Amino acid sequence: MKRQLLSALVASAFALAPVAMAQPKPAAVGKFSDGIVKIGVLTDMSGLYSDLGGQGSFIAAQMAVADFGNQLGNVKIEVVSADHQNNAETGANRMREWFDRQQVDMVTDLLNSAVGIATAKVANEKKRLAINVGAGSTRITNEDCNPHTIHYAYDTYALGYGTGKAIVKTGGDTWFFLTADYAFGHSLEKDTADVVKANGGKVLGQVRHPLNAADFSSFLLQAQSSKAKIIGLANAGGDTINAIKAANEFGITKNQNLAGLLVFITDIHSLGLNTAQGMLLTDGFYWDMDDKTRAFSKRFFEKAKKMPSMVHAGVYSATMNYLKAVKAAGTDDAATVVATLKKSNVDDFFLRNGKLREDGRMIHDMYLMQVKKQADSKYPWDYYTLKATIPAAEAFQPMSASRCPMVKK
Amino acid sequence: MTELFGIPIQAFLSQILLGLVNGSFYAMLSLGLAVIFGLLNIVNFAHGTFYMLGAFGAWMLLAYAGLNYWFALVLAPLLVGAFGVLIEKTMLRWLYKLDHLYGLLLTFGLALILEGLFRQQFGVSGQPYQVPEALKGATNLGFMFLPNYRAWVVIASLVVCLLTWYVIEKTKLGAYLRAGTENPQLTQAFGVNVPRMVTLTYAFGVALAGFAGGLAAPIIQINPLMGSNIIIIVFAVVVIGGMGSILGSILTGLSLGVIEGLTKVLYPEASSTVVFLIMALVLLVRPAGLFGKEK
Repeated sequence: MKRQLLSALVASAFALAPVAMAQPKPAAVGKFSDGIVKIGVLTDMSGLYSDLGGQGSFIAAQMAVADFGNQLGNVKIEVVSADHQNNAETGANRMREWFDRQQVDMVTDLLNSAVGIATAKVANEKKRLAINVGAGSTRITNEDCNPHTIHYAYDTYALGYGTGKAIVKTGGDTWFFLTADYAFGHSLEKDTADVVKANGGKVLGQVRHPLNAADFSSFLLQAQSSKAKIIGLANAGGDTINAIKAANEFGITKNQNLAGLLVFITDIHSLGLNTAQGMLLTDGFYWDMDDKTRAFSKRFFEKAKKMPSMVHAGVYSATMNYLKAVKAAGTDDAATVVATLKKSNVDDFFLRNGKLREDGRMIHDMYLMQVKKQADSKYPWDYYTLKATIPAAEAFQPMSASRCPMVKK
Repeated sequence: MTELFGIPIQAFLSQILLGLVNGSFYAMLSLGLAVIFGLLNIVNFAHGTFYMLGAFGAWMLLAYAGLNYWFALVLAPLLVGAFGVLIEKTMLRWLYKLDHLYGLLLTFGLALILEGLFRQQFGVSGQPYQVPEALKGATNLGFMFLPNYRAWVVIASLVVCLLTWYVIEKTKLGAYLRAGTENPQLTQAFGVNVPRMVTLTYAFGVALAGFAGGLAAPIIQINPLMGSNIIIIVFAVVVIGGMGSILGSILTGLSLGVIEGLTKVLYPEASSTVVFLIMALVLLVRPAGLFGKEK
């Protein structure tokens, strides 16, 4: 409402100005709200996820804008960033402020599912765009889907499908879950459990641990006494790292195998290959896959001093494709941009066979990776072997199973 | 198989043991806090940060100076203690006559700054640290495999805690300390250098945190946030035990570790809350804490 009033005011100001009347410019400023295209990177800047997103995501968005040329015709492009502190309320409030008072048009990263779900609602309410790269919950394109939210890089279905299926097929048919006790963990556990059961496996139990748990030994002993062949880690970041470390210490990895369901390359870097070797995981991006990924990653490394995670690469790709769509549409109006994105097939160093679906899900190829042994790692950050490429159409939840009200059946 | 609350007795025993390991850290940290509060009247909010510094100290000594775990376990607390001296001499001593709140704010600010600096430098994913060769492996206790390192943690922290208690409660030095706490002017009049004693007490308190950090290094990922993750619980422990009570903080630390451990089996979702629930209950019944004396 307020925005419409504002653009009406701007429009009438232009109508009254004789100069503007005389020379209407082709790339009319009026089509870009507030005369600027502004991108917000809302992420965890200081907490347990700040290595896999955080400052790196801000750098990635800035790189995309610089590569795009910093300008769209005569309209400036700007990037701002903020810390949501893994708090849904803080995130939603910051996003509201950005939309209402700071002329932000699109917000990205948005890792942490609690934040992701809360901010999707804000985007819809304010009719601006949220391109969620970092959060994993499938609710974002199911129960909580809306026309102003795109889920870009991965979700818990894709993770569970890739890793769960591969492990059950190779004999890991009994599972016990260590689950982070919030939206993301529950979603990851459920999606993986479904895949395990669908492929003939059994789930023997689960334990829900608080986010940011300091000590995992108790939970791991419960997993151990379940006698499950596979301990599925339905958590992320620091929690996954500490769980893997404790599992090694207690010798659990001798008789049972760990399945990290959301493992980022920054986690592997921190754990070291001796602790992490052999683990199977699903990722949407690996820096060392081909020349295109290496070219981006080396440039990113120069600036961030680490290789990009799936979130970093995703934020770059999302920002770049957003700007391209804004250019093609000739406006930064969220609905028009989304419609433009839905029409095009997207393919870049990050998205392979990318296609934006009706429910807001960006589907693209995902990869099943195995962590290398220390001896096989030839140079810094040489961590993964590609085991399989999971084609875009198969990697994500099929539309037939969609619980999104926007999807017509 | 014998069961208790529907859980096998073996599982119970192993959770109690694991709880003791965590309790050892709580005990060491809350002990340092209690000593500092007792003598300096400072609520040392930077305590978790000193714990983090101890762990990072151990890691840096290995990574940059090539010194192994055993050297680090001695050197890291000394370095942290020396840093404590610096903080006390340059900042804290101006605040003793003011309200507790000022000390709390200063140390809280320090904690944020130090944590921020380390986060900037090292990120949050953390640094790995290997268990020392001599303590690798695990012992079969019949009901569980206990990693030898965890057993060492319990023993080392118990020895340190009991020594501290002994020195403060049973020796002449401890008597000076306690006298200084009761009446600094009078103690000074008897020829005891109270300001120096205060400085050294602070240094000792934070060195204890540094020692705990060094002990924790091989079992958790060393990261800048580890201090702020644990410190809130430690404060609850101190409140439950009674501010300033030495034996109180040791016993409460250990027993709360055990209670937390058991909660992780009975109702894992509440494991991060149970300590605070107990704190609320204790405050309702005994506002001065279980072992504290009302003034």
